[in-house]
Amino acid sequence: MKRIFITGFALLGFLRATAQDNVQTDSIAYKAQKLKLEEINLVSSYYKQDGNNSAVTGGIGTEKLTDISNSIDVKFVKYGETGKKHTWDFEVGVDQYSSASSDMVDLSANSSASYSDIRFYPSVSYSRENEEKGNTIGAGVSSSTEFDYQSFGGNINYSKKTKDRNGEFTARFQTYIDQVKLINPIELRPTIENGGTEGRNTFAGTLSYSQVVNQNLQVLFQADLVSQQGYLSLPFHRVYFNDGSVHQENLPDSRFKIPLAVRASYFLGDNVIIRAYYRYYTDDWKLTSHTADIEVPVKLSPFFSLSPFYRYYSQSAVKYFSPYGQHTGSEQYYTSNYDLSKFDSSFFGMGVRIATPDGVFGIKHFSALEIRYGHYSRSTNLTSDIISINIKYK
Amino acid sequence: MRRRIYCLSILVLAGAGSFSCTSVKEYQKNKINDAEMALSNRKVEKTELSFQSYREGSSGANSGKSGGGCGCN
Repeated sequence: MKRIFITGFALLGFLRATAQDNVQTDSIAYKAQKLKLEEINLVSSYYKQDGNNSAVTGGIGTEKLTDISNSIDVKFVKYGETGKKHTWDFEVGVDQYSSASSDMVDLSANSSASYSDIRFYPSVSYSRENEEKGNTIGAGVSSSTEFDYQSFGGNINYSKKTKDRNGEFTARFQTYIDQVKLINPIELRPTIENGGTEGRNTFAGTLSYSQVVNQNLQVLFQADLVSQQGYLSLPFHRVYFNDGSVHQENLPDSRFKIPLAVRASYFLGDNVIIRAYYRYYTDDWKLTSHTADIEVPVKLSPFFSLSPFYRYYSQSAVKYFSPYGQHTGSEQYYTSNYDLSKFDSSFFGMGVRIATPDGVFGIKHFSALEIRYGHYSRSTNLTSDIISINIKYK
Repeated sequence: MRRRIYCLSILVLAGAGSFSCTSVKEYQKNKINDAEMALSNRKVEKTELSFQSYREGSSGANSGKSGGGCGCN
């Protein structure tokens, strides 16, 4: 908690410094018209969880984990000679996490209460919008690096608005080419090669359509088709069979997922907004889930709002899941990862948003501040808390 | 699974068809254009979406990414 406040104040200091710099650059107006800094978003989060079904120890054992996440997202806009809008978005994120279960890859080491790692994930995207015709094309690349995992991603997208500008169709294709480093449980290293890598590829197609229904209501329909191939297990997940023997998690090398979602935002009166979301998900590992989410921002003034929210989630187990000590030698695929078990969960909390025209706390260009806290509880007794802050500079 | 997808598709299309849309002019969109009316996740929800995709067996159709990154712990 202390760290997140230090991070928040450091970011505020950065904003003050940047805002002062900007006063000087604004005087050179012709440069700003060429390539304009549209906005900067700083997001910091502190997340902690606890539970007692770690997959590293075969479905039993601590799931204690903390994560401090910081990211900065910078957007530039430029209008070309033909009136087309060009947008560049640069983002860098760093997660620092400590996980008690990671310590248990080596059961005898137990070096500390937790084992820590860092994930670093930069991304760049570009889009070109023809505001006259109402269409946008875009592309982006990303990467994510941590000690035992490397991911490279790419995406392309196309959007087209309807003639009256009240509807918009979007198509997107994403791909991730990943490498998993094979870090095996210590007791299996004499029999299974340790330290090599295996590939995991993800291809995702998305179609969505949004529609303004009237002056108060808009809706969005979205469908994804996601195909994953390659090494979809995790090498340090243990599975204990009913004869007491220990094995490495073994899952099929392909998975096909279909999530379908609908989202709606409704302005009720002058001060209340209702944001609702529902998703149905199914895949060929026989996991189905339902997600329902509602958030009700209440505007206490035009510049200050409170947003209570509640999310309910329910899923069935994948057909390869069994708890500790229940798998048998006759099964081809097996896991004791409780993230793939049958459960339901609740996530609730509150957000605060301040967006004043003169700048938050009187700081010019500090256009919005959002703070959000949520508590998550799963029927498998996993609980977590998260607090996030978003500082927008515009 | 195919049958379920078919039924859901029908439901979604029927839902979409039941809306009676009115053409809203740009100058009438002051409520629609409110930052909190956006049909997407907020920036401040970024880490929430990550942990949900790690701690739950399903992901996607929420404007977030559909893969990449481990989430191993």
